[in-house]
Amino acid sequence: MITPREAALTIRGLQKSFTGQPVYSGFDLDVKRGDILAIFGPNGCGKSTLINMAAGLLEPDGGTILYDGRTVREVRIGYVFQNYREALFPWSRAAENIRYPLRRMGLGKREIEARVEKLAADFRVRFDLNRYPYELSGGQQQLVSVMRAMAVEPEVLFLDEPFSALDYETTLDLRALLQDVLKRLGVTTILVSHDLEESIFLADRLLMLTRRPTNLADDVTVDLPWPRDSDTLSTPAFVALKKRCLDVFTAAVAGRPVAA
Amino acid sequence: MRAAAPFLGAAGFIAVWWLATLLRIADPVLLPSPLETARDTWEGFARGPLLRDVWRTAWRTLQAFAIACAIGVPLGVALGAREGLYRGVEFVVDFFRSTPASALFPLFLILFGVGEGTKVAVAAFGAALVILFNAAYGVMNARRTRVLAARVMGASEARILWDVLVLEALPQILVGMRAGISLAIVIVVVAEMFIGSTDGLGHRVINAQSLFETGLMYGVIFVAGALGYAMNLCFLIIEKRLVHWAGR
Repeated sequence: MITPREAALTIRGLQKSFTGQPVYSGFDLDVKRGDILAIFGPNGCGKSTLINMAAGLLEPDGGTILYDGRTVREVRIGYVFQNYREALFPWSRAAENIRYPLRRMGLGKREIEARVEKLAADFRVRFDLNRYPYELSGGQQQLVSVMRAMAVEPEVLFLDEPFSALDYETTLDLRALLQDVLKRLGVTTILVSHDLEESIFLADRLLMLTRRPTNLADDVTVDLPWPRDSDTLSTPAFVALKKRCLDVFTAAVAGRPVAA
Repeated sequence: MRAAAPFLGAAGFIAVWWLATLLRIADPVLLPSPLETARDTWEGFARGPLLRDVWRTAWRTLQAFAIACAIGVPLGVALGAREGLYRGVEFVVDFFRSTPASALFPLFLILFGVGEGTKVAVAAFGAALVILFNAAYGVMNARRTRVLAARVMGASEARILWDVLVLEALPQILVGMRAGISLAIVIVVVAEMFIGSTDGLGHRVINAQSLFETGLMYGVIFVAGALGYAMNLCFLIIEKRLVHWAGR
């Protein structure tokens, strides 16, 4: 159980429907501070809808979404979009993209530069941030997106399928890097993913959603030790966890409720 | 070879022209040789009014273009940002965009009288609609994700308009400007022919024709072509430099 003091995000009685079709009707969720929560579910079950509502990009029809008692407008959040090509500002250099949210916060020049430097160190950036996004590789662009989201030192970070447009090798690199930084800084993170392996690998807790109207199929605690690496993927604990989740997922897609 | 290709094409054109005059395919009065045309044109520049004509036409076009941008860009961006509003005026914009600007000469003559004002105003009107239309579509087609990204980073709606929508629309705005300036020069030249003018390339070409100065007439046509081409080229270069990210 998550006590109110531990919760970074509390959702109660969430309701949302699209053209009369309910997606959420009375959905509850608590996210513990410092946790990485992965959300996994069949296509169209409303994973992105959920984090878009949480991030204030989409208005819920009903219910409350509070960050330790505050609304999303009153907290610093970061959001990484699936499509980095369409999310970064191509007219600005990578560093300027990262400075953008800091400028909106009204920080001073010196503070902004200090933050950019710290981010570059945290994420072990080895390419030139004074390039334009289109001059960077896909992985580098998504890394810039992540840095831009992390620049504001978010209380909650949202990742919407951040690796789905990247090749496997790049995904592994970025995944390792992200795990390292998020765990070191203890950032509360909500990750939406359609990749089960990736969800388990990165998460402290995995939420499995059903088809619409969306409900919880399973709420899995992933207590694999940190840091995790490619060997983690073949440990018996990981394999067992993956098998269990796959069973739940298959049942959820088939629409049958799963016995607890 | 590749760099020489345009010159080869031009040289071929002049060769065919020359051949036609040598073979006397047309009356030499109606089709003077390239050399004669070049000489008359040079005379027009050196001792005649041609330089002033080029300047007058360019100046009218630039004035019309400046007015068109000042009206078309802000209005287009504003309408594009409120799509519902744009849908309301879309028909009117499309209708007048499709109306030949030359058909509006009489109306503008009543409004602005026989003078500079009319020529510039008609050209500005035609160009403004093209620019407005492109600016509005540029804003309406802005990537939704980029707007959301700015919003989630705490940008106000006014900020988003300036930081995202205008820049997202910029490639399309420049396309509109290029089309606008091309249209403006067309209208200005026609206006110079028919709305009481004493100078400008349009006036000069119709004057040369009525005086049977065909060498000069062809020359002025080429000069007008060069002016239009140069303006277009300027915009292509500006586009490439300013919207370096387009299509990448």
